[in-house]
Amino acid sequence: MSMPYRFREDMAPADVAIEAWGETLEELFASCAEALLGTLVAEPGEILRSREVPIRLDDSELDLLLFAFLQELVFLKDARRLLLHADQVGICRHNGGYRLEALARGEEVDRERHKLVVDVKAVTLFRLQVVREEKTWRATAVLDV
Amino acid sequence: MSRPPQLRKISSTLWELPVSYKDGMLVPARIIASETLLDQMDDGVFAQAANVACLPGIVKYSYCMPDGHWGYGFPIGGLAAMDPATGVISPGGIGFDINCGMRMLVTNLTEDEVRPHLHKLVDLLFARIPTGVGCTGFVRCSRSEFRKVVEKGSRWCLEHGFAWPEDLELTEENGCFEGGDAGDCSDKAIERGYDQIGTLGSGNHYCEIQVARPENIFDAAVARAFGITIPNQVVVMFHCGSRGFGHQVATDYLQLFLKVMTVKYGLKIYDRELACAPFRSPQGQAYFSAMKCAANMGFANRQVILHRIREVFSEFFRRSPEELGMGMVYDVAHNTAKLETHLVDGVRRELLVHRKGATRSFGPGMAGIPERYRETGQPVIIGGSMETGSYLLAGDAGAGDTFFTTAHGSGRTMSRHHAKKMIKGQKLLSDMEQQGIIVRTASYGGLAEEAGFAYKDIDQVTATTEEAGLSRRVVKLVPIGNIKG
Repeated sequence: MSMPYRFREDMAPADVAIEAWGETLEELFASCAEALLGTLVAEPGEILRSREVPIRLDDSELDLLLFAFLQELVFLKDARRLLLHADQVGICRHNGGYRLEALARGEEVDRERHKLVVDVKAVTLFRLQVVREEKTWRATAVLDV
Repeated sequence: MSRPPQLRKISSTLWELPVSYKDGMLVPARIIASETLLDQMDDGVFAQAANVACLPGIVKYSYCMPDGHWGYGFPIGGLAAMDPATGVISPGGIGFDINCGMRMLVTNLTEDEVRPHLHKLVDLLFARIPTGVGCTGFVRCSRSEFRKVVEKGSRWCLEHGFAWPEDLELTEENGCFEGGDAGDCSDKAIERGYDQIGTLGSGNHYCEIQVARPENIFDAAVARAFGITIPNQVVVMFHCGSRGFGHQVATDYLQLFLKVMTVKYGLKIYDRELACAPFRSPQGQAYFSAMKCAANMGFANRQVILHRIREVFSEFFRRSPEELGMGMVYDVAHNTAKLETHLVDGVRRELLVHRKGATRSFGPGMAGIPERYRETGQPVIIGGSMETGSYLLAGDAGAGDTFFTTAHGSGRTMSRHHAKKMIKGQKLLSDMEQQGIIVRTASYGGLAEEAGFAYKDIDQVTATTEEAGLSRRVVKLVPIGNIKG
């Protein structure tokens, strides 16, 4: 699965802004998770998939669902010291809003092996956006570091 | 950046956006800056200071300090005092890193005594103080014990042998925001924070060995009162906050306020990051309580790090911390909301003062500062970039208009990614070593992001606070060793 994202320099000078794409909503959320991982470590592709964490979240809005999803990954980074890819993401309508079910896979922080960049404190609501464009989904989010 | 045409110059350091600048502004927005600093401010400062001026209950002005830049909701450097009876409390006015702050201690060592051992001393500090992504603290405590930590702050540290009694007196609020109830903090917040006591974090958090050179002393008498008594004295300054616990508290309540503010309280805001609740509402009071707990974690975190610094110096120089004169100067909080009493149009009023990336700056004679600083005003610790130095200042009696508030740092002018493109971390590290500053870091990429050129001129920021009557410069401190996350 390709997970395209880039860092936006023009959006949040003191912090880290990400922009990500996906052909589907599920791919988009996985791309955003990969961008978060790429903020924490220099080479996200090298993070092994030795641990699994199921995630289930509900929200009334898609952008707030993305907020909650990224925030959950930030929580797991601190609470369980896990650096995670989002491998299997499912999003469906649920009770008038949205439900996300994902399987995050990754490994514990290894300060010898991982090229750590900067810690992420929180996901912000600033310019948080999930939009459907012609053929793709696109999202922006700003991470407080 | 371009100044809004409506911006009016009031004095050489004070600028005002009138209420006509934006629909919904209840009070004018005021920016404290020199011409140069004003021109370095991004457009977000003006827009956000104006948004803050729209919040219900705001009193007199929305302010931005001279080191201000774009933030979330409030600008960094933002200040707003609310009427507690009619006003709101907003996590966006406090920040995700609740009670991120600065602490400073002195030693009786001189640069000549430390310089020959500097590499080893910095290595030892780096080895002993956990830094960077995923670090955990050396204080082992259970989740239930952690609930006591966040209710007691530095007092918990004193009870467990991590503090000298005088440390508490020398910490803002004596190291504890009274009234925090851990029951108002989520299990997730506890889970994120309980093993992070005594960790520095990353980003712009650091611990620095500095020197007070005689030529950098602005006010010798006040410097003496603050413990700067010998030429080329070595001091230690560090910057960190409430870690994952505080970040989670802020996130939890941001999400809660988003759900209730319009539906339940009919509040209209101009930016979701300004999500808020009436201060006197159940949600507002619960956040105030949880925020106090996070502030207490910030104090406890810095207290435990102070303890570790004393241990390292003691082990290294084979003298006790007391023999090394390792007393605290002060500890200041940056990101808080507090109930304080201030004079407004000649009337004493209780106000809920939000400071986000701003420092309390109580002047001489004011209640709430240690007895030993009654004549000088409280110490104000303003950290600069790791290359350019930091300042120790004193609270000014003339700072009443800003509810006795001043700047907190030098403020970024360049994005993190731009800074990384300008210089590699390894190159910056060797350049700094050439300048006599020894750095150890958990992340070269993170180091490059904090290069001196990415920040405003700290000399200008502090001079502006002095000219504006917010805080008086006492001594500029020059870095010689730094550890970073």
